[in-house]
Amino acid sequence: MQDLTKAMIELIRRTSTDLPGDVVKRLQAALDKEEPGSAAHGALETILKNIELARENSTPICQDTGTPIFYVHYPEGWSTRRLKQQIRDAMEEATRLAYMRPNAVDAVYDRNSGNNLGGDDFPYIHFEEVDADQPLTIELMLKGGGCENVGAQYSLPNNELGAGRDLKGVRKVALDAVHKAQGNGCAPGVLGIAIGGDRGSSYYASKEVFFQKMDADSQDPTLARLEQQLTDEANQMGIGPMGFGGKSTVLGTKITGLHRLPASYFVSVSYMCWAYRRRKMTVSGDEIAYD
Amino acid sequence: MREITIPISAETIRDLHVGEAVRLTGVMMTGRDTVHKWMIETFIRKTRQPEGDDLKVYEAIRPILQDGIIYHCGPVVAGLENKAYRFTAAGPTTSIREEPYQAEVMSHFNSRGVIGKGGMGPKTLAGCREAPFVYLHAIGGAASYIAQSVKRVLEVYKLDFGVPEAMWVIEVKDFPAVVTMDAHGQSLHAVVSEQSKKVLEKLIQD
Repeated sequence: MQDLTKAMIELIRRTSTDLPGDVVKRLQAALDKEEPGSAAHGALETILKNIELARENSTPICQDTGTPIFYVHYPEGWSTRRLKQQIRDAMEEATRLAYMRPNAVDAVYDRNSGNNLGGDDFPYIHFEEVDADQPLTIELMLKGGGCENVGAQYSLPNNELGAGRDLKGVRKVALDAVHKAQGNGCAPGVLGIAIGGDRGSSYYASKEVFFQKMDADSQDPTLARLEQQLTDEANQMGIGPMGFGGKSTVLGTKITGLHRLPASYFVSVSYMCWAYRRRKMTVSGDEIAYD
Repeated sequence: MREITIPISAETIRDLHVGEAVRLTGVMMTGRDTVHKWMIETFIRKTRQPEGDDLKVYEAIRPILQDGIIYHCGPVVAGLENKAYRFTAAGPTTSIREEPYQAEVMSHFNSRGVIGKGGMGPKTLAGCREAPFVYLHAIGGAASYIAQSVKRVLEVYKLDFGVPEAMWVIEVKDFPAVVTMDAHGQSLHAVVSEQSKKVLEKLIQD
C-alpha cells in the first residue's frame, strides 16, 4: 500500500491556509452588498485581505485550526488501519510545521496533548468503502470552536417558539439558532441543517453537508426552496459580519433529511464560520490531485 | 482612525466611543479561558492556594496589565522547538466565555482594554463604566492578517497550560480593532441583539 503521509500533510496545509474559491466568491458578493465605510464593510475587507495573505504566506487562515474531520472513501483492498495511522502521522507533522495549532485537550485532566492527537477520536476519521474501480478520496474539514459552540439542536415541538413537527417548525428553530449565535460564530456563516435522525446521527449529518460546494442546492426541490428562504430571512435579521450589524449574516444554507423515530423530531443546526475550510484529495494510482 | 499607545490612560479610555476604529501600539498580553479562571481562583477570589510558579508569574504580569490590554487569543506559534517564538496566526477568540470573570480581572489589574470577538454581556459592560475600560473587537478569523501586527514575542508564561491557553506577552504595532463596548454604558452588541430579536419575532409569528 502507498504511503500517503506526505500528500496528507499537503492536504492539511491547503485546508488550513487556502480557502476554497466558492466560499471566497460568496464573501466578495457579501462585501459588495455592504455600505462602504461601515463596520460590516471594513470587517469583510479585512477578511478578504486575510484570505489572500494566508494563501501567499502559507499560514493558517484562522488561529483556531479547528476540529479536523476526515471523510475517507476507499476502494476495496486499502487498509483503513494503515490509512488512519498515516493521517495521524500527517496531523502530528502538520502541527509541528505550524499549519495546525495544537488543539486536542484532555477534557478530564485539562491537558493539551501538544500534537493534535487525542485518544482514538481526535482527529475524527470516517471511513466508507467504495467500488474497487473508484479512486481513493480523502476530504478534510477544519471546523473552529467558535462556530461549533453556537450550533444547536431542537426537539420539536418547541412551544416557546411555536414550532411544530413540520418544515414550518424547522424554519422557526433555524432562525432562532441564527439569532442566538449573533456574531459569535464568526458571521457571515453557512448553516448546515439536519432534520430527523437521533441526537447523534442528526448532528453528524448537519456537518456532513458542509462537504458540498456552496452552489450545490439540495436535489429535493422542497428543501432547496427552504434553503433559499432561510438564507434570505436570516439576512433580514441584520446581525451582519462579526455581529456588527449589516446585510450579510448567512452566506448559504444546506439542509438534509433523515429518517426519525415516530416519537422524535430533532432539528440540528450546525454553523460554519466564514473561514469555511474544506479540501479534498483524490488518489488514482500514482496520481494525486487536490481540489 | 485613532492611534492608541499602550499603556493607556483612563482619560483616553473615557474619550473612546462605540463604533470608533483604533490602531494599537505597545505591549499587550494574551489570556483566555484557563488564564481567567487561574487569575480569579488564585489571586482574586482566592479559592485555591498559589502553587509552583504562580506567585512569580503574578508579579511578572502585573506591570504588563497595569493600564494595559488583555487579548482573548490562542495563537498559532512557530519556533516552539528552539524558543524562537513567532506568531503566524493570531485572531481573537469568542469573549463571552469570560463574562463571569472579566470585570473582576480588569478591576484587579487596573487594565484598560480587552480585545476579543463577539462582545460581552451586562456584567462586563458595567465594569467598563466603573474601571474604566473598553471592549475592542478584532476581526474573528483574520488571523494571518492580525499576526502581521505582532512584531515580537517578548515572553511566555504558563506554557504548561498549552500553546492556546498560555500568556503570551507581545509587542504590537498598529493592531486593528473597533470599539464595540465603551465606558459610557454603550454596547453595539446589545443594540444588534435587540434589533435582530424584533425581526426574528416578526418572522416567526404565525
